Amino acid sequence: MSFLDYFSHNKSQAASIAKERLQIIVAHERSRRDQPEYLEALQKDIMAVVRKYVDIDTDSIEVQLERNGDYAVLELNVMLPD
Amino acid sequence: MAKVIVMTSGKGGVGKTTSSAAISSGLALSGHKTAVIDFDIGLRNLDLVMNCERRVVYDFVNVINGEATLRQALIKDKRCENLYILPASQTRDKDALTKDGVERVLKELAADGFEYIICDSPAGIEHGAFMALYFADEAIVVANPEVSSVRDSDRILGILQSKSKKAEQGERVKEHLLLTRYNPERVEKGEMLAVGDVEEILATKLLGVIPECSSVLKASNQGVPVIHDEESRAGQAYSDAVKRMLGEEVDHRFLTPDHKGLFQRLFRRSA
Repeated sequence: MSFLDYFSHNKSQAASIAKERLQIIVAHERSRRDQPEYLEALQKDIMAVVRKYVDIDTDSIEVQLERNGDYAVLELNVMLPD
Repeated sequence: MAKVIVMTSGKGGVGKTTSSAAISSGLALSGHKTAVIDFDIGLRNLDLVMNCERRVVYDFVNVINGEATLRQALIKDKRCENLYILPASQTRDKDALTKDGVERVLKELAADGFEYIICDSPAGIEHGAFMALYFADEAIVVANPEVSSVRDSDRILGILQSKSKKAEQGERVKEHLLLTRYNPERVEKGEMLAVGDVEEILATKLLGVIPECSSVLKASNQGVPVIHDEESRAGQAYSDAVKRMLGEEVDHRFLTPDHKGLFQRLFRRSA
């Protein structure tokens, strides 16, 4: 730190970057945590089936279970290449 | 009725053992009969931090295996009248801890009149950490204002509320956040996560903020829990945390830097 830094009021961005990154990853991990354990296996199986026909990578498939009161919706998102 | 409190964090090196030593000492100093158990099988260190390493004869695993009685294994603290330490074993494998065995020891401590049982968890989310948290009524999650520690704390909070005995019974483990190694100067410069940020991300009630303080290393070097250092900021912050655990309303201290004049700062840098 140089002498002149004592007079500057430039605040570091480090903490706000950390906070933002943490908020995203923690929200992501919490949403996965609340899902049943079979969901990951299901995602793998679905991917294997889709891959028989289309060449996709791991990130192109998303499986989510959403609960609404007394019913649940299984949401499946497959991004197919152009 | 004994209260079982786990000191946990997920990440290693954030201050679980230091905090276990300080808080169990504080509870005992307040007149409560307290036991502190080292769950870090194979890597015990609580004995060293509490300066009873040369008095260990029997350990936690010996008691579980019936090779020693609880009374034989408990080490009476030399500084606090009401404090007893149950050391971890150094040589056995970590699977020596069983749910039944741990439950038996906790029940025996409760029957013996212990009011607080502090379970010092090992780092990670393996068997030892799971055993330390399984029977907890309350959890103190120790975190540093740093990304990996905060993320791991959130993982541990998730495990507490899904895998503990309380969770299995449809209840919640009461959570407390203990933020350690806090540096208000760096927070003010925007270099370190502020206590409010960590509280917001983890959505957990704040038990205390322990400032980064040279007294903590000094305390472990000497084997005197830092809470005994009444002059130190860390010692005072731990005392405040203990008071909050006992239901007192105490304002948080040491959250802002001591503002020094320019000349003082320049002087300190050259000193």
